[in-house]
Amino acid sequence: MSLLKVNHLTVTRGEDIALVDNVSLSLEAGEMLGLVGESGSGKTVTCRALMRLLPGAGLRITGGEVLLGGRDILSLSEGQMSAVRGREIGMIFQNPSSHLNPVMTIGEQIAESRRLHFGANRRQAREDALALLRQVGVPDPQNRLNNYPHEFSGGMRQRAMIAVALAPEPTLLIADEPTTALDVTVQMQILRLLGDLRAELGLAVIMITHDLGIVAQTCDRIAVMYGGRLCEVGDKREVLAEPLHPYTRGLIDCQPVSEGGQGRLTTIDGQPPVADHFPSGCRFHPRCGSADEACLDQPLLRYGRDSHSHAAACHHLLPTLIRREG
Amino acid sequence: MKMTATFSRLRQRIIPRQQALYAGLAIVGLWLLVACLAPWVAPFDPIAQDVSSSLLSPSGAHPFGTDNFGRDVFSRVLWGARVDLQICILGVLFPFMLGTTLGALSGYSGGVVDTLVMRVIDIVLAFPFLVLMLAIIAILGPGLSSFYIAMAMVGWVSYARLVRAQVLILKQRDFILAARSLGYGHLRILFRHLLPNALTGAIVFSMSDCVMVLLNGASVSYLGLGVQPPTAEWGVMVAEGQSFITTAWWITTFPGIAIVLLAMGFSLLADGLGDKLGERV
Repeated sequence: MSLLKVNHLTVTRGEDIALVDNVSLSLEAGEMLGLVGESGSGKTVTCRALMRLLPGAGLRITGGEVLLGGRDILSLSEGQMSAVRGREIGMIFQNPSSHLNPVMTIGEQIAESRRLHFGANRRQAREDALALLRQVGVPDPQNRLNNYPHEFSGGMRQRAMIAVALAPEPTLLIADEPTTALDVTVQMQILRLLGDLRAELGLAVIMITHDLGIVAQTCDRIAVMYGGRLCEVGDKREVLAEPLHPYTRGLIDCQPVSEGGQGRLTTIDGQPPVADHFPSGCRFHPRCGSADEACLDQPLLRYGRDSHSHAAACHHLLPTLIRREG
Repeated sequence: MKMTATFSRLRQRIIPRQQALYAGLAIVGLWLLVACLAPWVAPFDPIAQDVSSSLLSPSGAHPFGTDNFGRDVFSRVLWGARVDLQICILGVLFPFMLGTTLGALSGYSGGVVDTLVMRVIDIVLAFPFLVLMLAIIAILGPGLSSFYIAMAMVGWVSYARLVRAQVLILKQRDFILAARSLGYGHLRILFRHLLPNALTGAIVFSMSDCVMVLLNGASVSYLGLGVQPPTAEWGVMVAEGQSFITTAWWITTFPGIAIVLLAMGFSLLADGLGDKLGERV
């Protein structure tokens, strides 16, 4: 049984604007899934919906189910949900400096959830915090426990935030663009750390990012979102080598190539759609090269040829393929 | 408040920024020391009457002179520090606790609670501060405990408004979301994560509030509704001495100077603390 199974999740704003439309995902224990998309594609809202911590009032989960270990967490009471948050699903964020409490020491922040979720006493919680800081590779952890977030550098803060999120020992970690605010060398270190932790702890990770390079280095599977919908999902190698959806193709073409400095960077023409004016039918069709009248109908997710794991939602799946399925 | 602001501007011209905090600390600390040591330092019993030596002008034996009952004004000023500091501290502490709690709850929960608290604040603010206080004390009966209760009932509104505004801003901040994502409950988030971040403004304000409370306490005692004679309290002393102001100026002047000095101490402390914490009230 999958660790996490999201079926037809829909999040709407106001009456009928679906910011997340009918998204289905699944995740095995210890697996790393890359959730890719431009800003506003709904990847963050999707993950916040998994925590039932939607940003802003007026957003509501209006459909679907989120099965965590077989249990639908959308039907839990708010009290039961706080036992799931942190303890079963942890979350780390893009900007560690604003997601750490400025007036509590790092040690206190890590120790707090040890005490809350495991009933550890003060001394035990402190020792756990020390062990966690050491585990995430903060040098001189003994002294660092008593530091405040502003005394940490950016990379160290991200490590500290990972330690805070790991303290309740979650089985699933949602990483919302964890490296975007960091410079490239530190980025690599944090990604390596996440990979190590995953191997050590059997942690499943959903990595939200807009950077296909990061996904290529770290993840097992990729899910691509566009305009609130899932447009392609599959094994990393298959998706990157043989994308089915024109949008994924476009994203891959946009990656800068390291050899040589000549040539212009490729881009996808047009702008990503705004939630208030989603185009009808396939939401990518106004920017898509192979769009025709068929694209005015909403495409369903279909599997590619020779694959039961690689699927895309497009009327014109890219390789010469087409094996129709539901 | 207006008075404190004027004082603040004046202060900046006379005393450089950093030193305000230390000057304030020194003055308030000195008064605290005086209050603690009064029984040993004061040369005379503050309430023992000696009619034979009444209305003596300042001299070696009585540095601040004596009043109409022959009590040593110097000893009474020293003993008065105990009562007046207590008024400052308790008269600020109760409104502070009540105001921050209500303000935090109101800002965090929003909705009906917020509306309710804000309307009560409007009602309290609709009355002049001192009039409302006097009314409450008149109902409860004169005395210090009535003064504290009245202070708490009227003074909390400033703290509630300050803290509410801070909480409204802070509850949108990312680290609150992070705390939610760790499965923390609302009460824990409010009191352990939000409030410590929201308190700086209230703490700075409480220092300048000490000045207002001191003056209020003195005024209320002056009107005969606060500290009762023969207890040595600066406001009472000023009140009792005023009928002799033309013949024995020392009875009112020295306690008056004591009030001004302590008030200045708290003002400097508030200013210095405000500069240090980057907070303006």
